[in-house]
Amino acid sequence: MNNKGFAGNKGDKDRSDCFVMLELSDSGGIRITVNSKVKSLYGESITALCNDVLSFFEIKHAVVTLDDKGALPFVIAARLEAAVKKVIRTEKEYLLPLLADNQYTTPRDRYRFSRLYLPGNTPSLMINAGVHKPNAVILDLEDAVAIEKKNEARFLVRNTLRALDFMGAERMVRINQLPAGLNDLDYVIPHHVNVVLIPKCESAHQIHEVNNHILAIHARLGITTSVWLMPIVESALGVINVFEIAKAAKNVVAVAIGLEDYTADLGVSRTAEGKESLFVRSMVVNACKAAGIQPIDSVFSDVGDMEGLRKNVLQSKALGFEGMGCIHPRQISVIHESFAPDTAEIDKAQKIVSAFEDATRKGLGVVSLGTKMIDAPVVKRAQRTIELAVAMGRLDKNWKDTYHKAEPI
Amino acid sequence: MSKVKLVVNAAGRSVPTEVNGKPVIAYKGIGKHKPEGRKFGPRISSCADFPDDGNKLVPSLKEALIRSGLKDGMTISTHHHFRNGDLIAVQIFDIASELGVKNLVWFPSASFECHAPLIKYLEDGTIHHIEGSMNGQLGRFTSHGKMKGVGVLRSHGGRYQAVQDGEVAIDIAVIAAPTADFFGNANGVDGPAACGLLGFALADSQYADKVIVVTDNLVPFPCVPWQIQGNYVDHVVQVDQVGVPSKIVSGTTEITKSPDRLLLAEMTARFCEHAGIIKDGFSFQAGAGGTALSIGIYFAELLKAKGMKARFARGGSNKYLVNMLNEGLVDFILDGQTFDLDGVKSMRENPNHVSTSPFTSYNYHGKGNFASMLDVVILGATEVDVNFNANVVTHSDGLLLHGIGGWQNCLFAKCTILPVPLFRDRIPVIRDEVTTLCGPGELIDVIVTERGIAINPLRTDLIERMKNSGLPIKTIHELKAEAEKICGVPAKQKFENEIVAVVKWIDGTVLDTIYKVMP
Repeated sequence: MNNKGFAGNKGDKDRSDCFVMLELSDSGGIRITVNSKVKSLYGESITALCNDVLSFFEIKHAVVTLDDKGALPFVIAARLEAAVKKVIRTEKEYLLPLLADNQYTTPRDRYRFSRLYLPGNTPSLMINAGVHKPNAVILDLEDAVAIEKKNEARFLVRNTLRALDFMGAERMVRINQLPAGLNDLDYVIPHHVNVVLIPKCESAHQIHEVNNHILAIHARLGITTSVWLMPIVESALGVINVFEIAKAAKNVVAVAIGLEDYTADLGVSRTAEGKESLFVRSMVVNACKAAGIQPIDSVFSDVGDMEGLRKNVLQSKALGFEGMGCIHPRQISVIHESFAPDTAEIDKAQKIVSAFEDATRKGLGVVSLGTKMIDAPVVKRAQRTIELAVAMGRLDKNWKDTYHKAEPI
Repeated sequence: MSKVKLVVNAAGRSVPTEVNGKPVIAYKGIGKHKPEGRKFGPRISSCADFPDDGNKLVPSLKEALIRSGLKDGMTISTHHHFRNGDLIAVQIFDIASELGVKNLVWFPSASFECHAPLIKYLEDGTIHHIEGSMNGQLGRFTSHGKMKGVGVLRSHGGRYQAVQDGEVAIDIAVIAAPTADFFGNANGVDGPAACGLLGFALADSQYADKVIVVTDNLVPFPCVPWQIQGNYVDHVVQVDQVGVPSKIVSGTTEITKSPDRLLLAEMTARFCEHAGIIKDGFSFQAGAGGTALSIGIYFAELLKAKGMKARFARGGSNKYLVNMLNEGLVDFILDGQTFDLDGVKSMRENPNHVSTSPFTSYNYHGKGNFASMLDVVILGATEVDVNFNANVVTHSDGLLLHGIGGWQNCLFAKCTILPVPLFRDRIPVIRDEVTTLCGPGELIDVIVTERGIAINPLRTDLIERMKNSGLPIKTIHELKAEAEKICGVPAKQKFENEIVAVVKWIDGTVLDTIYKVMP
């Protein structure tokens, strides 16, 4: 192994990050130099953290230089550990406490309208992600991380899962394409990840591989919390096998499509109009509905075009999708607003729910609205629409107090 | 300067009893200091001493300075309407240095990065100290204890007050003007360096011993409008260029693309809506800076949606505020400075876009002023403390990097809101105690951060109104704890014992002291 290791970023735009250079030596003890604009306020605590990490890895003599741009402690620890593991071989992991706030689980049918992609090696974009209230965050180890940064990103994503509060967002990680992605699981499964995204998925077999790996980690560490899977189909083969993928395991909660790769695979251009993807989108929706899971649409990549995004989401919703990815926090509210039930939908749902409760109160076996009979699945859907409208602030939770008798639809 | 006697002022801060050899008064509380007597009067001049044909042109700035009697120890003033595109201030001191003049006091209404070349004159003794603002490199230089005298930081209104009560006697005012005639009438709405108005130079024109107007756009008499009246002017100089247009209107004129800042802006606008501040006929201060601009856009959307309009906005004008004026969402812009060419054009062409000055808006020695009439003002801050005190001039590492501007004066609005991030690159914005006190907490009503909004406990009315607003209302202590949980508790900054600058309150008393920081 080399006796020099480094990790992190120190470009002009790399805020909230640091670059660590570590050189092992034979004598002289630990010598740490901190260059930081927050040095007068945090210099001592940065040095103490570095000493703690080095002593944990039993490094006695080293020269460490840390160029800091206001990195939070979990970032500094990740960068230093990544540098350490370039110069020594060890199975040990320097783990920060797992925040109590981060230990929540999510139900399988939770709303997943918006999932905010966060590049897995870019701390500045992660830190405030939670305040924008996406339904989920995706710490991305795949396309958003350069090949030479893949390794250090794993430490950062691991530490992020433990130390950064995403304020209730579902915590997702997109691993690398298999088989490399299997190794990523070791860095995320023990740290309370809610959902693993499997990119470029083409077969049920890949789902089984991921699940086997997860089971092995769970068995080794005695973990019992469930981890959901969201395969992403991004190729002609993936699309043709999508039903098999959707049905591959009980913990598959959604299938997403990736249209950039899919259109490339087909050799066609991706257009705003989206004719070229109508088939694949319908196919994915149908397969997911048949399997009883959520179909999730591709991202809309023009972050400046909010009207285009709105149109796109409404189309998605009309096709049957139940969520889409976002690549900028400003897309979140547009996506939520567009997926939220509109006034007509809420109105209809209120009438149905109200009629249903009326019927229940009167002990009637049949729900009717005017001259129309209402089937049980329709009632269930209406109830869900109401729940959603309340959750998204479209309807007061005490709406029944002021609601007048239902009229025929 | 370190031998100076210190007293504790009404804000609990230790302040010197004299600055640069002159006695000063410690801050006594808001509205407590009321000097008596008469205002400072400029020297009597006689028109018999000036040419009947009105032609006051002299061949060069150097000639004008010599004729104005430039000598050691004088106070030289400039204005900052050209912002970072000013070409004149540095030339003044180039000339002073060439003439071997020493110990000048520079009295700008604000300084910018373009003034960093003055550091060499601060080092060689041409300039003794700066009274006004010390931004960027000048601030760093001051913080490191390298300025010979003690810097004095004043608000725009405080500057007017200091001139009016004679605390600062300007010997020579140099007024760079986008357009002027040979008589000295001048304005900012026309010419290649158009900057909109010249309000920050108004006091200088009225009170300085000698007044020099410098222009690159000399027009035949009369220059109309005459924002600066030639009757106050001694000499007029024509030069090739007074300012760099692209740097006069730049930087702060685009709305932010940062999602975190947009969230702050949105939360601030929603706060104002729920608090009932946005109503027909209300008034607001529109600021520069990405967040403030974005808030203006949210205000415009809200007004449009509700079919309402504002009576007036105080500028900082820019294209977004001008759009509101043109769309009938606001009746008047009372403008202190124009930030872009749309603002300049509007001021030139629209009679409802009115030029103002610190006299109308901010002056402590006026019989009232506009700033306190505003329903809401939205300002920035480098730090806020748990008592809602705020800092705008130094950073948490003690370095002096910004001026006060109109910030202190604006605090008198009916509702003062500071949207600030909870932390900046690990540095928590909410502290136990601000590094430098610029604004007393009793004037600061609301702190908006991306993780919660704190309302000053003094504002029980706002606290009551925001119940059930759906906005994340928290205490300031909760916000501080949240930041420290993420960032860690910052160590206390260590200062040297040497005073490098003082912060004046709007009434001329000393609010706080800035100490040297080791480089």
